[in-house]
Amino acid sequence: MTIALENAFWEAGNRAIVNDVSVVFSPGQVTAIVGPNGAGKSSLLRLASGLTSLSRGKVLLDDLPLSSFSPAVMAARRAMLMQDGVLTARFTARQLVVLGASVSAAHLPHVKRIAMADEILDRVGLLAFAGRDVMSLSGGERQRVHLARVLMQLEAAAIDTSPGFLLLDEPISAQDPARQELILRIARAHADRGGGVVMVLHDLNWAAACADRIVVVHDGRIYAQGAPQTVLSGPLIRSVFGLAEGCVRTHERTGKPYMLPHDIMH
Amino acid sequence: MMARRSILFWLLFLLPSLLLITMVLSVNIGATGLHFDALWRGGDDADASVAWLVLTQIRAPRVVMASLTGAALGASGAIMQGLFRNPLADPGLIGISAGAGLAAACVIVLGSASGFSILSSAWAVPAAGVLGSFGATLTLYLFATREGITSITRVLLAGVAFGTLAAALTGVLVFRANDTALRDLTFWTMGSFAGSTWPRIVILSPFLIAATVGVMWLAGPLNAMLLGEGDARLMGYPVERVKTVGMLTVACAVGPAVAFTGVIGFIGVVVPHLVRLITGPDHRLVLPGSVLLGAVLLTGADTLARTLASPADVPVGIVTAILGTPIFVWLLARTHDGVGV
Repeated sequence: MTIALENAFWEAGNRAIVNDVSVVFSPGQVTAIVGPNGAGKSSLLRLASGLTSLSRGKVLLDDLPLSSFSPAVMAARRAMLMQDGVLTARFTARQLVVLGASVSAAHLPHVKRIAMADEILDRVGLLAFAGRDVMSLSGGERQRVHLARVLMQLEAAAIDTSPGFLLLDEPISAQDPARQELILRIARAHADRGGGVVMVLHDLNWAAACADRIVVVHDGRIYAQGAPQTVLSGPLIRSVFGLAEGCVRTHERTGKPYMLPHDIMH
Repeated sequence: MMARRSILFWLLFLLPSLLLITMVLSVNIGATGLHFDALWRGGDDADASVAWLVLTQIRAPRVVMASLTGAALGASGAIMQGLFRNPLADPGLIGISAGAGLAAACVIVLGSASGFSILSSAWAVPAAGVLGSFGATLTLYLFATREGITSITRVLLAGVAFGTLAAALTGVLVFRANDTALRDLTFWTMGSFAGSTWPRIVILSPFLIAATVGVMWLAGPLNAMLLGEGDARLMGYPVERVKTVGMLTVACAVGPAVAFTGVIGFIGVVVPHLVRLITGPDHRLVLPGSVLLGAVLLTGADTLARTLASPADVPVGIVTAILGTPIFVWLLARTHDGVGV
């Protein structure tokens, strides 16, 4: 199962937010989308999920246009974590996670659903909060509850199909360092089971450490893509992000690039 | 929110019993001072037959009409609050009842003036109510939606504006109305069940059956809508269809009821909030709960309306507003920010 964008355009107010993008996302791989603020990363992810429709071009799921799938079929094939939730209802964490599979695995028995939700909440480190009102949780905890809901949507459906695509928009933005690693390990595990993972990340070090492939988006276009070693070079960091080249190093054991922040005290 | 078992106890036993008790009491209380006793006692035949007539032809249809309307308003409030993700949304506050009222007023006034028989048929007023409420809902939705995102501020402001305009236009019609039409108009500008008859209930029922089907279909999707349209769509719900069914359901439930009884405020806003205190946010529980509690409260309010100043009949809209306002304020005071009341 693959998701492919072919010459995809998405325009808002006469401005091309996504400008002639062609890219293929494959199963078994973690792809990190990086780029400056406003580069079009989230828009690209929303196009790949079918949440927004293209202005021009194609988005294909297994060579068929997304529009040929019903919302329910799409729900079993891909799930997406959006950047900002708007939830104002007093659902408990468990209720919210169970809700995730209400269409993608509509016929799963209630007991099985609860057991699965609890297992996933345990994985994101929130089983103790399963009965808590989501609105009373901290920002980072809430983000992990939503991640659990998204995982539930795919994993409950995958009982009789393939693992499907996990699309994550800045999944670690509200997390402490330990939880950042936890979430990226969960994403990695999904890819290792044969699922596809595409996520927008701002932390280039994490992108290099957990992704098979990095897609650099700049001004709505794909600026570069490939393995972290080939993509994250000093000149790219300077021309895309406007940072000094010298901050990029190479890890002596893994050979992967990493960045050190400049000391800005002086 | 309570434990699952006590929620089910409320929904399956307490609220239905409460509704039954309220309805029986309400039929038994009234301006004529007649009770069921008059029927059981036998007495002389004239007494018993008057009692029979009052109970079956005046009070019973009125009680049934009040409970059906309360159910419709309660469910509609819950649907609108879910659809718009706004604790204030209700058919009264955002102008949907006003739209139904305007259309019904048009039919009443123009029907009696023009002599077109189609406008004076028994179906004309409820049909106008449906069209008016649906038209108002649609106008509101189209106006408030930009690029697939519905602005809550726009819905509320446009709804208030539309409601005021519809009320003003209804006022113009009142000005133009003849005496017969004026009397009909007065009934529903303040809200009253005084004109309830069995034939009207028969006319109401197909709309309410349609609305019931809508309510059952909406329960699941409305839960997902609480996360926002984007997440609901990603989870696999046909969001556009949910909105359409939601609007049609509210129009079917509220339109004909408003056409017969007038604008009755606060049931739609307050009832779902009260129900959520018991059930939590799950619409599979909130919707049936709002149907039941709406019926209980409006039947109770109407009983007060016709007994408080007996033998005068206080418009029930006044009673619901007087009772509803303190409850609403109390609900607001319970939460820090009014969110997720």
